[in-house]
This record gives sequence, C-alpha cells and structure tokens, in this order.
Amino acid sequence: MSTALATPPPAPGAPLTKKILTADHPTWCPGCGDFAVLASFYRVLEKLQYPHEKIVTFAGIGCSSRFPYFVNTHGGHYIHGRALPFAAGISLGNEDLHVFVFGGDGDGFSIGGNHLVHTARKNVNLTYVIMDNSVYGLTKKQTSPTSPIGFKTKTDPTGAIDQPINPMRTLLNTGATFVARSHATQVNHMVEMMTRAAKHQGFSVVEILSECVEFYAGAFDSSIPRKGGTWTLIQEKKNDGTPEDAARHDVTDEVAAFKLAGQAWPGSFGVFYESNARKTKNVLEAELVAKARERTKNATDLQLLQSTFSKMR
Amino acid sequence: MVSPNTPETPGGAAAPSAAPRSIHDVVIRLAGNSQDGIQSIGGFLARLAGRTDQDVMTYMTIPSTISGGPSIFQVRMGTGDILSAGDRADMLVAFYQHSYDAHIGSLRPGGVLLYDSDHVKPVEGDHRFTQVSVPITSGTVEAVGGAGKDKGKNIYILGLIARIFDLDVTKLATLIKERFGGKSEDVVRNAMLAFDAGFAWPQNNLRDLFYRFEAVDGVVSSGRPQITLDGNSAIAYGLLAAGVRHGAGYPITPWSSIMEILRTELPKYGGIFVQCEDEIASISTALGFSYTGQLAITGSSGPGLSLKMEALGWATMAEMPLIVVNVQRGGPSTGMPTNVEQSDLLQAIYGSHGDAPRVVLSPKNVEDCFYTAMEACRIAREYSTPVIILTDQAVSTRIEAFDEPDLPSIMVKPGADLSPRPADFKPYPVNALTRHAPPGSVVGSGKYPTVTGLEHDELGHPTGSSKLHTQMTAKRRDKIKQLAATLPAPELSGDSGGEALLVTWGSNWGPGREAIARVRKVGIKAGHLHLRHINPFPPGLAATFARYHKVIVAEINDEGLYGYGQLAMMLRAAYANPAIESITKTDGLTFKVSEIVSGISKHVESQALDASLGVSRRSPLAVQP
Repeated sequence: MSTALATPPPAPGAPLTKKILTADHPTWCPGCGDFAVLASFYRVLEKLQYPHEKIVTFAGIGCSSRFPYFVNTHGGHYIHGRALPFAAGISLGNEDLHVFVFGGDGDGFSIGGNHLVHTARKNVNLTYVIMDNSVYGLTKKQTSPTSPIGFKTKTDPTGAIDQPINPMRTLLNTGATFVARSHATQVNHMVEMMTRAAKHQGFSVVEILSECVEFYAGAFDSSIPRKGGTWTLIQEKKNDGTPEDAARHDVTDEVAAFKLAGQAWPGSFGVFYESNARKTKNVLEAELVAKARERTKNATDLQLLQSTFSKMR
Repeated sequence: MVSPNTPETPGGAAAPSAAPRSIHDVVIRLAGNSQDGIQSIGGFLARLAGRTDQDVMTYMTIPSTISGGPSIFQVRMGTGDILSAGDRADMLVAFYQHSYDAHIGSLRPGGVLLYDSDHVKPVEGDHRFTQVSVPITSGTVEAVGGAGKDKGKNIYILGLIARIFDLDVTKLATLIKERFGGKSEDVVRNAMLAFDAGFAWPQNNLRDLFYRFEAVDGVVSSGRPQITLDGNSAIAYGLLAAGVRHGAGYPITPWSSIMEILRTELPKYGGIFVQCEDEIASISTALGFSYTGQLAITGSSGPGLSLKMEALGWATMAEMPLIVVNVQRGGPSTGMPTNVEQSDLLQAIYGSHGDAPRVVLSPKNVEDCFYTAMEACRIAREYSTPVIILTDQAVSTRIEAFDEPDLPSIMVKPGADLSPRPADFKPYPVNALTRHAPPGSVVGSGKYPTVTGLEHDELGHPTGSSKLHTQMTAKRRDKIKQLAATLPAPELSGDSGGEALLVTWGSNWGPGREAIARVRKVGIKAGHLHLRHINPFPPGLAATFARYHKVIVAEINDEGLYGYGQLAMMLRAAYANPAIESITKTDGLTFKVSEIVSGISKHVESQALDASLGVSRRSPLAVQP
C-alpha cells in the first residue's frame, strides 16, 4: 500500500511495460495456473499499448477473480457472478474504454450463468476470460459446474454425479461472437487468443484451462504433452485454395464450431468461432441515439424537457 | 355555456332551468372494467384542473390482469387545495352491475348514482341516493355508431359530468382534440360526438343536478403554467432534469412505466437505458454506469428490491453513487401487486447484509416525486452513496397538476469528471468524502485504483485489518450522519405543540394534512409533521416530539409483532420516546381521512372528536340538503 507511492510514476505516454502494469502480489497458491494467465495478460497489454487510463480490468468473486488487484489499471472487484452486467455498464457507459473481465468457472457458468447468456446475446463490446479449474478453490474444494462426473469434493465425497457443463458448447449457444479455448501451460497461445479477443468488436470470450494445484492437481494433464497428453491446435482455414485447406476449420461456421465442441476430452484449442456479422450493442444503442437526435433536430436538454412539459399543460 | 359544436337538439343542451348550486368539492367514483378507458376521464379532468383554478386529486386501481376485470378511478375535484382522493364518493358512475354491487356502499347518503341503464338494475326505491338512469351504452352507440359499444362511453360520461358540474367545455374540447389529435380525424370527430351526446343528454332527466364550484378565494397563483402527469412520470423527468442519462431495469408492476419513459426519452438526450435479464443484472449495469462517472438509476418494486440487495451492499462498501427507485406495492412476495402498501421501509433502510448505511427519501405527492428525484441525485453525487427513492403504487399512478418546474434554473448538466487526478489521489480517504476517479481519468501517481466490495485501505487494497474495518465502517456511517446534519427541518403544520402530533411519510401526506385540519376543527391542539427524509432522519425531531403529548405515526403497513408500524418502530428506536404511537392498516388502499382521525381519537381523549366520528356527512350533492 504505502510502497505504491514510493515508486516514481511513469513518464506520461511511456510505453506500457510489465513493470508498470504490475500491482499487488498475487494471493494465489504457488504453482496455480492463474499466474501464467496473469503473465500472458501483461504481454497482451504490452502488445496492444492502449492508453493506460483507458484499460479496465473487472472481476466477480473466486480465486481467479482476484485478478484486478494484480493488474495496475482502473478496475474493480464486484460480487459473485455479476461482473458481466457491471462490465456491460462500463462498456456502454464510455465507448473509449477497453474492458476486460476475469472470472472462474463457478462465477461464469454457475451463479453468473444467466448473465453470460445475456451479455453475449447483446454482443456488448468487452472481453471475458474464464479461468476454468473445474473446482471451487477459494472455498476449498466443492463441486463446480465443470467438475467431471466422479470427481470427489467436499460436497460430493463419493464423486460428482451431475452432468458437467460443456463450456464451449455453452458459449457457442449464448451467441458470443468470439469464442476461443486455451490452456494455462501455453503462454504464447494464451497471448494470441486474448489479443485476438481484445481486438474483436463485440462480446469475446476465452476459456482457459487453469489448474488448481491445491484442490484439483492434474486436472488438465491430458492436454499437456510433457505429461503425456495431447495438445491439439485448431487449424484455421487460410482460404489459400490448397487441398489441405478444405479440412481446416472455418471460424465463421457455427455448425463446425459445435462439432469441435463435441469432441472427446481434452478436445482442441484455438478459435472455435469468430463473426463480425452482428452489430454490437454499443453500436445499436449509438444508432438509437443518432436517430433520436436527428428526430429532435439536436435540441438541447433544456429544450427537450421544456417541450415535453409544454405537452403536459 | 354551450358545447362549441353541439347542434341544437330539442330538449337537449338548452340552458338548465335552475341556477347551479355552489359546492366546495366533489368525489366522483367511476367504476367499470379496465378496458373502458375510465382512467382517461380522470386524466381529462386533472388536465382541465391544471388549466383552471380548480384542483384535482385522482386515485386509481387497476387489476393486474391484462384485459377485463373491474377497475375504478376516483376523482376528487374542487376549489383550493385538494390533498386526498376523498373518503366516500358523492357520485358513483356504474358501468356494469358488478360495478354497482361492489361500489354502491362507497356512496355517501344524499349522493348521486349515475348508472348505465343498459347494464345495471339498481335496488328500486333506494331513497338514500339520487338515482339517475342514463343509457350510457346505447347513447354512445347512437352518437358514434356500433363501435360505441366498446369505445367512447368514457367520453360520453365526461360530457355528462361537464354538464352537471358546469365545467369549462371549451377547454375540455381543446384537451380532447389534443389527446386524440395524433390519431385520425375520425377518432377526434367520434370523441367530440360522444362528448356532445353526453353533454346534451336531456336536462329534465338529470333531476336538477347542476352544480358549480365555489369561486376561488385567496389562492395565490404562482403565475406559472400547470403541468399534469402521474408520479412515475414525475420521477422519470426529475431524474432527467437532474442530469441522469444512464439506467438499467427489469419490468415489474408498478415500477415499469419509469423504465419505459426512460428507455424512450434517454436516447434523445444522448443517454441509454438498458433492459436487463433480471433485477441483479439491472443494478449491476447501473453500477457499471456509475463507475464510469455518470450517476445511474435502477429501480423496481418490493420483490425486485430484495433481489438487488447484495449489489446494494457492494454499492455501500465500494461507495458508488446510485439511484434506486422502489415503487412499493402490497407484499410480501407477489402479494397485491396493483395495490398500495408502505411495507418496504425497513427493507429500504436495512435490507442487505452487514452494516450498510444508505439514504432513503420518500415523495409525498406527484410534484414531490419530481423534486425528490432531483434531491436524490444531488445527495448520491455529493456523498458518493446509493440513494433509494421509496415511492408507492398510489402516488405512482395518480395524476396531479402542479406548477411547471422552472427548468432553466434547476437543470443539472450531465457528464463524467475525467480530469487528471493528483499523484496523492486516494479512492477511499478515511477522513474525507470518497470521490472516485472513473476509468479514463489519468492518475498522477501512475497507480490506478480498484473499486471493491472487500474491506479495503485508503487506496482500495484489500485488508483484513480490524483497525481499518472499524475505521472504514465508521467512515461509511459518518458520511450519512454528515448528510443528516445538513437536512432541513421537516414540514410541520398546524399547532406547534399540544395534544397530538401526526407523523406521516410518503403518499399519506394529503390525508394526514386533512385529518389534522379536521381534528383541530373540534378544538384539539394538534400538528402534522411529514418526513421526506426517512434515512437519515432530519435533525430536531426529538425536540419537536417533546412538544406534544402524543406522537402518532400513520402508515400503510402492519403493526408487526410489537404493535408498531415500520416508521413508528424506527422513531421509537431512535428517540426512545414512549409517546410515539402507531396507526397502521393493510387493506391495500390509501388512507381515508376518517381512518386517520379515528386512529388519532384512540390516543387522544376528546368527546368532541369522538362525537365528530359518529357524524355521517351527507353529500353536498344531495337534492334536498
């Protein structure tokens, strides 16, 4: 806290570096996958070089939702599961901002499931990163909506019995216009996915498998090559007319994306779906304003309200 | 007076034979079905009052079903200040048999029953009332054709009422043309035909019912034009005047019309109102707007406010300004969604978890809805706090006319303060009011703040320090106390000391004021204190209470387990004054003046007051008074 003022402020307009972007030391357990997500996010911001004051990192509740304290940008820590509608207010409230939301699988798919659906449906311009560890870690090992059947937790001591959510299928169903999947052991891939998500106009979401070493060690080993797993990258269509291109994934093809989402565990990683066909809510609302302003011939606020009152006389 | 375009019809609109009798005020209850447009009769009369010297108070019940179902609209019209919708009716207009059956009991002795002879058979030989049989349905059909069976009966009745009470027909005709002007010419013509037919209904059938309101005496006009609107609209436009350009909500009766207005109006002002997936998303989106530096509004009715409570706790902890409108209705749960109740007071003050002090204001009438909304915005910005506007179903749907606000002098300029913050900027200074740095503003130290629901230090970093939690809890409490010290003394009328002080809040102001006038008339020294600031209380209440033998709080909620309504309980807890008593009720209706007077009589010994209760007042409309 007091050390915050001890470091000299960066020169105005100085490039954003990891050093500038680093804030409080993370409270995560040693070995937590979230450290790698944080390191990747610093690299994303270093790459994008947005004006420092226009970056917002926001989160709900959970281990991963502590994220905003560790990134030196405007930001906040909201209530459990509701960070998305809050972030929608930020995005719609100030068009100039770059809004990033971080959260876990419980925050996003369980308590916040409804908000995920509707923020995606409205295509609010923001980027959502879900750090999925398939367990409730902050509350010390209860079943999460992505815990596989048979996983033993304090709330399912004989193993989880409920069908888990398929995150990719769920996200595709919401109508999100950018859906990608990554892995906390693949830093370059995370940087690429988050960068593309940030650049996307509309609701972009990246799900990152991020291991909880304390309560679900080894959860994602099956996609870590050095642990004997398979790391399968989605080969995106290049439209180069080659015969092999026909087999590649068309990111604008929703049906193909659903097919990828239906693959057996651990599935593929990369961009499942990306479309710019739908306008963002930000654009649609701006169009409403523009039309209304045209109809009212850019009357001042005072003229508008006075004319309303004169009709009530 | 003659209707401007009424053809001369034999036995029609000839000048009435007798001179009109003078009356002070009249209560007209219109009983029909919700699709009969009886509300618009009230609307016309209220707007007419706004353009003349008469005053009008309306009261409406609508069923929560979409179409069909009984509905009433009560209008009280008269000279000078009309403060309540009236207790019993002087005139009942019954469209159907069920309207007659359900409401004949509300008619005062000597009152007038106007019934649709096509649908209603009243009890024969009921000499308590003047019965006037009017073929409302067939008369309307005759005037406008077959469509009149469903549409136009309301305008026909309006014409009849205009005739009976000698209303300004030229102004009414103008209002009708304005109202229907946006539709086709046929609609305006049919409306005028129906109006004229009602107005011209043969005089001799009206049995000399002909009245005129007393000349206005001593009423000081502000010289400003009057505007006519309902309470929910007044809140919406108050927020616009206060510079609110952002909001989010979810539909629930009776809150919805506020969000409908804002959704339509805000884009004209460059603003935005988002319809969200639920109540929690609504308050969250509104808080997101506020976080960008632009005070936002969300709202709901009882159950929806409950859903917003966790987020409201965050708003207190993170010290985020926010306006939350709660239009109270009968509860708990879905309860009586189209009836009035004041049972959300404790929820508004204490709902949510933890020690979460916040500001609660309540408007007393439609005009006050406008100014309360403006005050709420000022407080939210100045103290960086959530403010709840606690209104109710009765005032939300009621139509009143009041002085048009002087907009040039009160309009607040919207916009976020994105100016650079100095290097020593702290989002949560322990000894000063919080002033957030919205995203987009440069912070001189290069260290950007986190707004948070965790207990935090002055820079917004999470803390587990007991010392800091104690300090910050006190900070959040003390800023509300700091606000309390600035509040004006509440409105006090009547005697400044004596037997009884009546305390009201919200829409009970009008009947409370009339009740105290009635109590004082029989020689009891009594005062009336009305609270707009429900939390925190304004200063000086203890001293005011001490000047009366009894302090009687009237509110529309249950006496609870300990015998006191919600505000009475708060006042007893705050001031430990055993003289504080409680009048409560839970019938889903606004207070009648007589109910308050009778409640006061239980706590004040006075034979004169008791005697006055027994008197059944005859209607001033009685043919032989």
